[in-house]
This record gives sequence, structure tokens and C-alpha cells, in this order.
Amino acid sequence: MSRVILPEPDRAILARRESIVADLTRLVGSQAIIADEIGRRAYETDALTAYRKLPLAVVLPSTTEEVSRVLAYCHRWGIKVVARGAGTSLSGGALPAEDAVVITVSRMNRVLEIDYVNRVARVEVGITNLAISDAVNAGGFFYAPDPSSQLACTLAGNIGMNSGGAHCLKYGVTTNNVLGLKLVLVDGSIVELGGPHLDAPGYDLLGLIVGSEGQFGIVTEATVRILRAAEGARPMLIGFDSSEAAGQCVAAIIGSGIIPVAIEFMDRPAIRVCEAFAKAGYPDVEALLIVEVEGSDEEIKALLDSITELAKPFDPREVRVSQSAEQSAAIWKGRKSAFGAIGRISDYYCMDGTIPLGKLAHVLVEISRICDTHGLKVANIFHAGDGNLHPLILYDANNAAEAEKAERAGAEVLELCVAVGGCLTGEHGVGIEKRDLMRVQFDASDLEQQMRVKSVFDPSWLLNPAKVFPLQGRPQAEPKPSVAAA
Amino acid sequence: MLSDVRPVDEREVARILREAGQAKTPLELRGGGSKHNVGRPMTTSMCLSTRALNGITLYEPNEMVMAARAGTLLIELEDSLAQRGQMLAFEPTSLAAVCGAEARSATIGAVFATNLSGARRITVGAARDHLLGVRAVNGRGEIFKAGGRVMKNVTGVDLCRGLAGSWGTLAVLSEVTFKVLPLPEHTETLVLLGLPDEIAIEVLGSAMGTPFEVSGAVHLQGAMVARLEHQGLAAQGRSVTALRLENFRRSVVYRKAKLKAHLKAYGEIHDLDHDNSLALWQELRSLALLANSDAPLWRISTAPSTGPNVVAAIARYMEVSAFYDWAGGLIWLEIPPTTDAGAADIRRVIATHGGHATLIRAGAEVRGTVDVFQPLEAGVEVISRRLKAAFDPAGILNPGRMYADF
Repeated sequence: MSRVILPEPDRAILARRESIVADLTRLVGSQAIIADEIGRRAYETDALTAYRKLPLAVVLPSTTEEVSRVLAYCHRWGIKVVARGAGTSLSGGALPAEDAVVITVSRMNRVLEIDYVNRVARVEVGITNLAISDAVNAGGFFYAPDPSSQLACTLAGNIGMNSGGAHCLKYGVTTNNVLGLKLVLVDGSIVELGGPHLDAPGYDLLGLIVGSEGQFGIVTEATVRILRAAEGARPMLIGFDSSEAAGQCVAAIIGSGIIPVAIEFMDRPAIRVCEAFAKAGYPDVEALLIVEVEGSDEEIKALLDSITELAKPFDPREVRVSQSAEQSAAIWKGRKSAFGAIGRISDYYCMDGTIPLGKLAHVLVEISRICDTHGLKVANIFHAGDGNLHPLILYDANNAAEAEKAERAGAEVLELCVAVGGCLTGEHGVGIEKRDLMRVQFDASDLEQQMRVKSVFDPSWLLNPAKVFPLQGRPQAEPKPSVAAA
Repeated sequence: MLSDVRPVDEREVARILREAGQAKTPLELRGGGSKHNVGRPMTTSMCLSTRALNGITLYEPNEMVMAARAGTLLIELEDSLAQRGQMLAFEPTSLAAVCGAEARSATIGAVFATNLSGARRITVGAARDHLLGVRAVNGRGEIFKAGGRVMKNVTGVDLCRGLAGSWGTLAVLSEVTFKVLPLPEHTETLVLLGLPDEIAIEVLGSAMGTPFEVSGAVHLQGAMVARLEHQGLAAQGRSVTALRLENFRRSVVYRKAKLKAHLKAYGEIHDLDHDNSLALWQELRSLALLANSDAPLWRISTAPSTGPNVVAAIARYMEVSAFYDWAGGLIWLEIPPTTDAGAADIRRVIATHGGHATLIRAGAEVRGTVDVFQPLEAGVEVISRRLKAAFDPAGILNPGRMYADF
């Protein structure tokens, strides 16, 4: 898999590698630099492993000031920079470049302040997503966005990609849960945006930066909302004979005025693999919904009874309410480990388009048709409440022709998502993977306006190079500062 | 002399902006005019009204999504939603009453352009959090779109968020697509009377820290209470602290009992039933209690527990009356008229306590001489200027409305 073209590295920068490493070492100390080849190998890719590039050097700063010094240096000499959290990006968002310095914030993982009264926490963004919830769990609180990789992924990456998760149907995605940021700009200057109050003053720079995929600067600290957890939560399983019936059931639930905290969908291939892995008691049906509601025991029972009634017209094959905390945990374990479980039986290419819910049945049929055409199998898992699809296209990574077919099939699936009124990516980001598909969703003036905003923050286009925006049609970057000064 | 143009479609907006850009003609952008008097007074030679960009273009109740052209009246759109048991969950605050404008004139485009959110903001997020997609025309007269109609979308730079709250200084929104939510089946309100500010905000914070999903948390000082149309409360003659519960009836009844038990140490707790609750929260959303006055009005956002300290600190310099929303984090503060509308003192207090303040109501002369919006930190100001230029290089869209020279 390697259809996406990456630019040739800047030979002048490559030639200066040793002196750049020496300079960086002076700036942050040798304990914060990885320069040897074996060490750098660990950073050559992310969760989109088909693409690999050995970075020029890796910097592991411990403070915002260190990030600032490194960025100021790189900016002065026109050296590209790739920001990295835990490297769990499924879209190649953290893929390095041979002529770029990787700055990873993974050592900056402290909780700085927990303020239960104002329901916010201030953290360094190298903290993992789950560690935020763990830090406030004792107070009965949690941090809402919950990507499946939450055990490993950092808040830094969540901010970069505006990550979602299974429970964002009720609680929103990252951008809805971040109130403040400390951001290092490409020239090394540090700005603070927002804080423990709601709605930062002036233009919504927070909103622009969350989801900017490391294109606008490097975030080092964040103030996030923490929420008081509900008294309880319980999932139920509803199995159907067809995806169409499952989709209609989702519409009926939402149309009734009930907003569950999560509605997840799996098709038969996904159910079988997940069941084999997690022993969650998933029924062997064509389509399965996991619906979770929250509240007191009595409220939960009332809501689940209502949902059971709402499902009846769609002839559910099986309706099963979790009877214990263990069962609930197993149900979620199966879903949250789905990617890993499928990865045990096959290589896969994970797509992330979002569609209007009403198009679900049509889109699922078309996805099967597309994959059939390419001779590939597909397992479908998605966040049904918000139409965010994750078709997993199965292929053999050791078979170059098949890998290319998988990538082509994936592109066709995303084109389909856009054609029915959806988008290329609901939560994984554009990264390298969907860069060249951006013109499917956006026309020239849309992209031009986005790139003008990119240039506001990064006039010389040094940050996270060759991603998000198609290479053709990019603006002429401002001359590198060092060149301009000469 | 201000001439008005009322383009009937996006292409006409684009043509007008192209011509204005070439001629460097500054434009005032206007929806229904309900917020016309907010911001710094502008020197413009033309007013572009979006009122003829009208109509709901998409409504899928089962997908919780609606789209409308920017000039569509908020009231029409909320009627359509209510017919299907849905709503704009962020309860857009109306500035019509405080600005002395026609109450029904607010447009949906301006709601998002100003990112004004009401009481439910503390649980469901702000206007900007519900905006899914936009079509817009930038200062070059180029039509562009961003976002889309689906609930989750991280494709490309999030220009929707960038445009929300930009007060018409970056682009003319021509169409907005947004998330809607079900209307709650049942609403009740718990009321505590006569609490001083600090205790009241403690009550609100404590309630927000429970699992009972309080969807509105306000405190009105006694002077504000007297202005309520809600007779039962207005007659109390002392401060009102109110907590809203919304959900299915059984849930509300259950949560109300739990919350009352949780707060019993703070004194007697009164109930407002469903109808009385709807009336009270509708009245608060309209800001009617701040109408019929020329007194300067500030909107201050700070950390909720800091709210009473901010008000007390400002009260050392001037008379104040306060209406706290967002569990104490949003303060509508009315003060007596002075030459700077209290700006110097208020800005100094905010600088100490954190947060930001916007002068919502004052005479044009005052608004022309003080910072109406929170002055920006130097680094943020640099980015903000560049962002303005990235959308509107000739500076023709609402120039000077937010900041004096851009």
C-alpha cells in the first residue's frame, strides 16, 4: 500500500543531519534526543503502518519551553517538524518525513490541576486519554471523548484529530470538551487560549486548532471539561436479520426523543470475530446494535423498556439486556477491541467515512458490492447514532496487488460516503491517507480557504508536511525565514 | 447615507462582495438587526442584509439535523422544530430586548455568527458546538463551504468553528447546517430564595457536580428578581437561585427528589411546575429583565466559582446588579452610566480573576471609545489579524466591529 506520493526530502537538510542533532542536543539535552537509527525506527510509522519514513531526529521535550526552543530553531533553519502523541493515528497523521524532526510530547503527561467545583482539569497533553478519566474517577467524574485506543492514545493526538469515540453521541467529540490550550506556534512563541471559563474571547482559535492535525502549532497543555458520571449505565444488544432493519431501528430510537449515550453497529463478519475474542455473548445475527443508556436503575430500566418497544416493528431476532457489570464490560470489550480482534485474523484497512443515517442500508449494500468487485472481504463496525462508519477491508499485506486493491476499494467507499451527503473522515483525520481524496469532498475555493488559514499559523508550511492538503494547488509557501534573512 | 442591499442568493452575495472588495467599500452585515447595536460603531457605506436568503433547506428529524439559509428567522425555524418535538438545544440568547430591537427579528445566521448560547450551554454546549456545516462568501467574494450535514466530521480545517462567533467580520454566512435535539418531555425547577451570591453559586456548583443532569443553573440578585414578569418569583423581593431539570417525567421526579436531598442544608427548596418552569426559562432566555434601560450592560464569562468574586470586586467601584447564568460562569452585569461604562475598572478586575467581558449595551459614543470586546493578548491578536486578512484581505466585512483597527 503506497499509492500516496510523498515528496522527495530536502537534500540540504539531510546533509546537515549531524549538525542539526548537535544543535538540538544543545537546546534540550541528550536525554531528550533520539538520533540513532534503531531508536528512530520506533518512530518511523504510526497505526497506518503501510507508510514508513525514518525521521531526521526525535525530540522528547519535558516542558513547553523546550518545545518552544526546538520549534524556534527549526523555524529559523527551515526544518520541517512532525508532532506526535502516542503514534496511534489510523490516517498516517504522525507519519514522519526523512527531512523532518519529530517532536513527541509523550513525556509531558502530568495532571496539573483538577478543579471539581468548576468541572475542569488542566493537563499536559502527553497524558493518555484514559489517564484523564482515571485521574478524576475518584471524584465520580470522567473525561467524555473515548476513542477505542484510549488506553494508549494521548490527548495531544485527540486534539490534533478532534477524536470522537463510542460515547460522543451524547457527550460530543474533543472540540466540544476542550476549553483552553497552551500552544507553541511555529516560530516558537507561546500563546494561551481560553481557560476554565466557557467560550474563549475573540475568534474561535480553539475551534480551529482542535482537529488541525498538527498543521497549526504544537499544543502542550489543555484545560478540558470533566463531567460527573451518571449513577449507572447499561448496554443492551439487539440483533436483526438485516442491516436495513438495524438502521431503521436507530432512526426510530432517535426519532422518539431518546438519546442513548451510545449506539454501536456490527455486521455478521465483525460480530463473529469480536465474539470469538471477547466472549461477550453477541448473538450470531446479520446486524447487531449495542445501545447503552445511563441513569439510575429505575431510569435505565424504563429507557431500555422503551427501546425494546421501539425495536419491535423491526422484528429483532434477539433482544438482550446486560444483567451485570461483568456482562456490560464484556459487551464493550468486544466492541472496543474489534480492530485488534480482526487484526488477529487478517490485515485490514480501516475506513472512517460518515454518512447521513437514512442512507445506511444503501451504503452497506454498496460497500459489499465495492469490496466484492475487488475480490475482498469486509467487516462493518460503526457508531450508528452519528452515522460514522468503520468498514474494515480485509487483505493480505504481503500481497502487494491485494494491498493496492484494498486501498482502491477504500477510496471508492469514501467517494460513496461523500456522494450520499457524508464526509471522508468522521474521527480519524485526513492525514496522509485521505489527502488526495480531499477534492472529492471539497472544491478549489473550499480548499483554498482552508489553506489560507493554515498559512495564518504556519506561513512557511513547515508543520506536519505533505499531509491533509493535496500537494497540487498548495500556495507558494513564504520563503524560509533563514533564506529571507540572507 | 447608508444604502441597503438584499441579495436573494449566494451568487448575488458573491458579486456584491467582489465589487465591494475592488472598490474597498466597507459593508455592514445584518440579519434581522436584533444585535445591530452590539459591537463598536462602524463607518460603512452599505448594509448587506441576509434577510432575503430565506428558508429551511433540509430537515431530517430522525437524523437530528436541519439546514437553513442564513436569513431565516429563528422564530420560524424553532416553530418547525417544535412541531416535530425538537429544538435548538443551546437555547440561543436573544439580545433584541436589551438592544430595544424587534424581538422576532433574529436570524439563524446571526445566532451562529455571534455564538450566543443560553442556559443549557453548560450541559449541551454552545451554538458553535451544534454547527455542522456552513456555506459562506468571504471578503474576496468567493463562495466556499465547510463541514457538512453529518454529526461527525473531521475532514479538513474546521472553518465552521472559526466562523462561529466572528460577528460577520470574516465572511457572510449564506447557509448553516446544525444539530437539533429532542424537546424534553417534562421540565421542573427547584428554587432557593434569599441566598447571597457566594452561597448561591456554591449551591449551583454543588448541583452541577451531581449525576442528575441539571440543565439550567442561574442566580438572580434581588434587584433583578423584582424585574421578572414571573409574578410568583417577582413578588419574593429577594434573590432567586434556580436549577432546571428536564427529561422524561419519571426521571425528573426522581432526580428532583435526589437533588432536594442533596441540597437540603441550604434551606427550603421550592418547586416550579412544568408550565411555570417553561415560562421562567423562556423569560430568562429573552433577557427581558434587562430590557427598558439605557444602563450599560456587560456579559462576563469566568470560571463559575469565580463569578461572585468578580461581581464583588467590581462592586467596590460602582453599583452593580447581576444575573448569573451557567452555574455562575456567565454574568449579565448592569451598572450605572459613566463615560467609559465602567470599562477600566471591569477590565482590571477581569485581568485579575480571569475570563473575558463584552460590553453588550452602551451608547454609540461609549462603544466607540472603549474596547467592546475583550482586548486580546499580543500573540493572539497577531493571529487574529492574520485570520481576518485570510478571509477578508480588503477589510470590507464589518470593519472595526470587534476591534478598532481590523
